[in-house]
Amino acid sequence: MRFGFFLREALRGLRRSSAPALAALLTVVITALVLGVFIPIVQATTGTANEVRNRVVVDAYLKDSATEADRVQVQRELEATAGVKSVEYISKDEALRELGHKVRDADDAIELLGSNPLPSLFRITPDDPDELNAIVAQIAPGGTPRLDAIDDVQNRESETGKILSATGLVKGLGAVMAGLLILASIALIANTIRLSVFARRREVEVMKLVGATNWFIRWPFVIEGVIVGFLGGVLSVVLLAIAKTTVVDPLSDRFALLAAPDTIDFPLLVVLLLFACVAVSAIGSGITLRRFLRV
Amino acid sequence: MGRLMASVPTQTQAGRARSRPAGRDVPVVEFRDVTKVYDGGSVGLERASVKIGRGEFVFLVGPTGCGKSTCIRLLMKELEPTKGEIDIAGKTLNDMPRARVPYLRRNIGTIFQDFKLLPNRTVYDNVAYSLQVIGESRQEIRRKVPDILRMVGLSTKLHNFPTELSGGEQQRVSIARAFVNHPPLLLADEPTGNLDPETSIGIMQLIYRINRTGTTVIVATHDKEMVDKMRRRVVELREGRIVRDEQSGLYQPDESTTEFAIRLRGELGVGDEGHPN
Repeated sequence: MRFGFFLREALRGLRRSSAPALAALLTVVITALVLGVFIPIVQATTGTANEVRNRVVVDAYLKDSATEADRVQVQRELEATAGVKSVEYISKDEALRELGHKVRDADDAIELLGSNPLPSLFRITPDDPDELNAIVAQIAPGGTPRLDAIDDVQNRESETGKILSATGLVKGLGAVMAGLLILASIALIANTIRLSVFARRREVEVMKLVGATNWFIRWPFVIEGVIVGFLGGVLSVVLLAIAKTTVVDPLSDRFALLAAPDTIDFPLLVVLLLFACVAVSAIGSGITLRRFLRV
Repeated sequence: MGRLMASVPTQTQAGRARSRPAGRDVPVVEFRDVTKVYDGGSVGLERASVKIGRGEFVFLVGPTGCGKSTCIRLLMKELEPTKGEIDIAGKTLNDMPRARVPYLRRNIGTIFQDFKLLPNRTVYDNVAYSLQVIGESRQEIRRKVPDILRMVGLSTKLHNFPTELSGGEQQRVSIARAFVNHPPLLLADEPTGNLDPETSIGIMQLIYRINRTGTTVIVATHDKEMVDKMRRRVVELREGRIVRDEQSGLYQPDESTTEFAIRLRGELGVGDEGHPN
């Protein structure tokens, strides 16, 4: 019975002061829309950045004189090195084939040379791209490889440095932007709610005078917040879904970037947005009331 | 008395510690040396002591700013006294925790000069709200609200909004709201301040009828005519002090009580500008 009463009170409140409620609803819709667009974008960017970072590798070239036994020993040693995620063996022939993919006339050049000049190599992928230099230092302290069978160790230093700093910046910026946007959304919604509660502070005062407890006054406002937040969330989710099916999905068939693998699932995004809208507006209206309840 | 005690069954231990045994002789309201100084330094009430017994009808009179409203607001625990103690039905308000204040107010009906109705509710809903607050069932509300509205003479305006009513009608609604759950104490702060003399009489009649049911009534007013006609107990305040307290008094004291007041305060001619005549 109590809940029914509070619900009726909340609906009455929405009906009687529909202008501020509409303003709050619109604010929720807009901020949820912006967040709904921005979250996948940030994720796609960080996903791409991470992918690029994972391309950072160390190549350890074997001497041509290395025997099969040397090769096995080197592989075992490399795999035992701290911070190494995986070690991949690329034989001379595979190296040539790889080159063939990148350089068009490689085959002609090899034919001209008469033999395959490419060394066989181990490609080392680190656990953490930032730890790359530490791995190099372990395999080849001071530039000379510890194992005789290894001819040279290369981590394409300049390239690696650029990749790491650029992707780091992108990830950092994305995180800061997302944080700011979420803060701004909360502040905006809370402020709009504060306005609509402020418009009814006299009412709250009268309720206190006839002996209503704080929660008796607060519940209808919180339920109003839930309703506004939920409606706003649903509206923005519908708009997002329309935008997704009409704009993003056809595009993503053509462009790899938009189909970046680790963007958030749409259903999860929907649930998150709805929950955030409801929570922010409900808690917002509950907290704003506190000022006017001190009579 | 018994009604007030019974309807506050869950008094906290803190509240109970200071309370005395309730009996016929315990005043409904007692101010003991109460001083209220506002934050700005202005004095609302100064060393006021007064006892009001059960079923009494008391006028608080005096010019604007003399402390009438301060008294009313102290009784509702909207304000805290700076010094001294206030008892209601033997319970000291100073000790009452904040969370108990709503339960105190449910036992005090209040009427204000500006009516303080909920603007977006009908007459019926305004009165029903004070029953909903105490958790009254819907059947009870449906039974009681039309009854009380009939008593104040508004049975035809159940579904009008406050803005559609005249001042006198709005005040009747607020009286209905204050009395619908039959509180043992009724406070009225300038109930006729915004109304013409003819309407005022009707309002005062209602308040008097409520008093006749055994409810203690305290009316703060500067409606001289009304006080003079009704001849009830008058407590006069000036600059925060109680300067006169007499049974069945006039708004302005007759000769002897003036002399008494002068003797009491040891000075002449203070605050006369607030008095007509």
